[in-house]
Amino acid sequence: MAQIIVVTSGKGGVGKTTTTAALGAALARNGQNVAVVDFDVGLRNLDLVMGVERRVVFDLINVVQGDATLHQALIRDKRCETLSILPASQTRDKDSLTAEGVSRVMEELREKFDWVLCDSPAGIERGAQLAMHHADHAVIVTNPEVSSVRDSDRIVGMLDSRTARAEQGERVEKHLLLTRYDPARAARDEMLSVDDVIDILSVPLLGVVPESEDVLKASNVGAPVTLAAPNSAPAKAYFEAVRRLEGEELPVSIPTEKRGLLDFIFKKRGA
Amino acid sequence: MSFLDNFFSRKRPSSSTVARNRLQILLAHERGVSGEDDTNLLRTLHREILEVLARHVSVDQDNVNIKLDRGQNCSTLEIDIQVPETGLRAQVSTSASDLK
Repeated sequence: MAQIIVVTSGKGGVGKTTTTAALGAALARNGQNVAVVDFDVGLRNLDLVMGVERRVVFDLINVVQGDATLHQALIRDKRCETLSILPASQTRDKDSLTAEGVSRVMEELREKFDWVLCDSPAGIERGAQLAMHHADHAVIVTNPEVSSVRDSDRIVGMLDSRTARAEQGERVEKHLLLTRYDPARAARDEMLSVDDVIDILSVPLLGVVPESEDVLKASNVGAPVTLAAPNSAPAKAYFEAVRRLEGEELPVSIPTEKRGLLDFIFKKRGA
Repeated sequence: MSFLDNFFSRKRPSSSTVARNRLQILLAHERGVSGEDDTNLLRTLHREILEVLARHVSVDQDNVNIKLDRGQNCSTLEIDIQVPETGLRAQVSTSASDLK
C-alpha cells in the first residue's frame, strides 16, 4: 500500500515540478517503487523535466476515462527502474477529470507502488483540489517571499478542510519545503529566514533547497536534479528530505552563506 | 554626519523584518475572514445563544452580536447582548405567576 504525497504550493513557479521529479527519483534510488503523477492538465511539464516527453502515448485523462489502462499509460524511467511517470494530458480540459475517475486511478496506484507523488497545478481551484484529495502527506513548496508564503497559508487551510483525510476527521501530514533559498541574502536580512517562514506557517520543516544553477541545468537535459547532479547542494537537500519522509529523525541542514574574504572584511549591510 | 546619524538614530528595520511583520498581520486577518469553519461556528453560536436566552428573556435577534478575532497567540470571542429592561421584567413576572 503506497503512501500518497501531494506536492503543492498555491503559487506557480516555486518549484513543484522540480521537487516532484527530484523527490520521486531520490525515493526510487533508495529502491522504493515510485510513481509520479502530473495533475497539471493542459499545462503538463513533469514529462519534460523528467526527459520522457517523446515517450508519452496515453495520459492521466485517458486512464480516468477508461480509454487506456494504467499499465499502458505509465512510462518507466530508463535511468531508474523503479520510477514511473503518469503524464497529464496536454490537449484536454481539466474538467475531463472526474472525482470518481481520479479516486479509481489513485486506488490502483496505491496497490501497485510504495510511493505515489502527485504534482499539483498552481492555484486553489478544482485541479489543485483533486491533486490533494487522496493525499496522506503534503509537501508544501514555498519560496522565502511574501506572495508565496501567503499562498502556502491558503493551501494549508485547504489541506485541513478539503481532503479525504479531513472529511474522515483525520489529518494530512504537512511538510514545509523551502526552495530557492539564498543564504547570503538571508544573512543580510534581505530575505525571510527559515525560522521566519516556519513561524508564520506553523508547518514542520522537511528541508531547505538552496537556489542553485544545478536545478536549471538538470531540467535543461531532462533529468531530476537528484539524478543529474547527485552531489550538488539542492540534490543533497532533496535526499535528506526523502530520508525524513521515510521516517528517519534527522536535523535539517540549513544552507549557509559562502562568504568571500572581501565580504568578511567589509561586512555587507542589509536594507 | 552620516556616521553620527547611524550612531544615534534607531536603525531602520531590515526588509526581511518588514516582510515578516506584514505577513503576520495579513495572515492573522485572512485566517479569520476566509475560515469557513469560523463562519459556521459563529452562526451556530448565535442561534444557540438566542435559544437559551429565549427561555428566560425576550431578546431581539439584532441585539445579539458575536465577533471572533483570531490573533497570533490568542483569539478573543466577543459576545454582546443587549437586554431590554422591560423584556427581562415581563418574563420574570410571567414565571412568577406560573408558580402561583
